[in-house]
Amino acid sequence: MKQKTVAVVGAAETTEMGKIPNTSQLMLHADAALNAMKDAGLTAKDIDGVATAGDSPVEIAHYLGITPTWVDGTSVGGCSFMLHVRHAAAAINEGLCNTVLITHAESGRSRVGARRFSRDPASQSGQFEVPFGITNPPTMFTIPALRYMKQYGVTEGDVAHVAVVQREWASKNPRASFRDLITVDDVLNSKMIAWPFRLLMCCLVTDGGGALILTSAERAKDFPQKPVYILGTGESCETPMISQMEDFTTSKAFRVSGKKAFDEAGIRHSDVDHLMIYDAFAHLPIYGLEDLGFCERGEGAAFIREGNTRPGGKLPLNTNGGGLSYMHSGMYGMYALQESVRQMRGIAPAQVPGAKISIAHGVGGMFAASGTIVFSNEPL
Amino acid sequence: MAEYNRPLPSPTPETRHFWEGCREGELRLQRCTSCTESYFPPRPFCPACGSREVEIYKASGKATLYSYIINHRPRPDFGDQPHSIAVVELAEGPRMMTNVVDCPQTPDALTLDMPLEVTFEKANDEISLPKFRPAKG
Ligand SMILES: [Zn+2]
Repeated sequence: MKQKTVAVVGAAETTEMGKIPNTSQLMLHADAALNAMKDAGLTAKDIDGVATAGDSPVEIAHYLGITPTWVDGTSVGGCSFMLHVRHAAAAINEGLCNTVLITHAESGRSRVGARRFSRDPASQSGQFEVPFGITNPPTMFTIPALRYMKQYGVTEGDVAHVAVVQREWASKNPRASFRDLITVDDVLNSKMIAWPFRLLMCCLVTDGGGALILTSAERAKDFPQKPVYILGTGESCETPMISQMEDFTTSKAFRVSGKKAFDEAGIRHSDVDHLMIYDAFAHLPIYGLEDLGFCERGEGAAFIREGNTRPGGKLPLNTNGGGLSYMHSGMYGMYALQESVRQMRGIAPAQVPGAKISIAHGVGGMFAASGTIVFSNEPL
Repeated sequence: MAEYNRPLPSPTPETRHFWEGCREGELRLQRCTSCTESYFPPRPFCPACGSREVEIYKASGKATLYSYIINHRPRPDFGDQPHSIAVVELAEGPRMMTNVVDCPQTPDALTLDMPLEVTFEKANDEISLPKFRPAKG
């Protein structure tokens, strides 16, 4: 896409986060959307583009009273919202619509009005993975990690360290689900889930949602909030089955999406002030740092262990506490985008001083898909 | 034999030969007659070059352990002990998900790259699942 031609002018999460048993999933979408519209000074009548994942954009548009001229229901897992941002930017530039609302909500913990997830036994995964005992992300997303650890000599303690650092960030965020500092031993002594993964290496399961509103950079100047410009975008996908990932030590979808976003943005890695990498599990930031090109292969874990991503480090990473400590309703990509927008607006609870470029990198499914957005708070 | 209460595959027209092979004690792969690529899961064309000229053949059943977890989450249908969920690399190249059986389900016993061989676990008259055990000799 063309750099800085589109901006985020509204961004908000649900009013509450964590455990919200008195609200359906559909209303969580609406709550986030209404908060984002208020943030942007808009009403539903001003919105002419709608995107969401998991649930239908038709349902969201009708519930909110929006008549769109552009609809995107791309649903490739937790990074879908990165893809929506990318598609929305293209649609706005092409004149298909002017003002796009992207929503995410999931009653992931309370399961109020939440869709059921089941795999057809005739699907590829249903035939070639489900019969061997995979149940949910903790028994799927974790499978490649051992190969990575053997190839690069990365220890269980190194993986645990990712969770320790993210808890440091979470401790600065009043909205984070878990804020008490932890040690590597705490992580290694937490309940075994799927060896080598312990409980504290796995994301939370919470209720919540978020929404973004995008419009042209031209119009963005007239909105109440400081515009956050889209500088570059990327997307890709690899496989619906974790067992069929090309190389268990690196994500092809990450590499393709990340490179596309960097190329579009025309930036170097040293230009990046703030980074979000979707951390469904503790190995994800390690893969992300390498596949996005911030570290050489095999050096991601040491990069984190040495303090580069912690508060005060040279590359602040997952500054809201991440899916491991902040919140994770099921499709966390929206929250990574929200934190990037807060950092670019300068209002994050753990604000990176003077940050000008932020990247939000998402994963969908189990290394199945990926989306990357580069934000800037400086106009063209 | 106790009734098999785990989730089972529903073969489709494109995968039926694989599951029929398992029932008959054969691990069947496909390969392209144009570019000779072996591939899995089954489909009636070559994912490497797009050719529909493909053949089914009996694989050696030899593999090595590529990666795995030991699941500690409750799966009563898999018993009350932690169990492996593994991905093996077949001698012919493709990888597949499976369980490593006839072996302690511990990190010490399950070492990456250990040689394995296929064994078939009968679920019912239609379906046998390909599992892998430490190779003998
Ligand atoms: Zn071929």
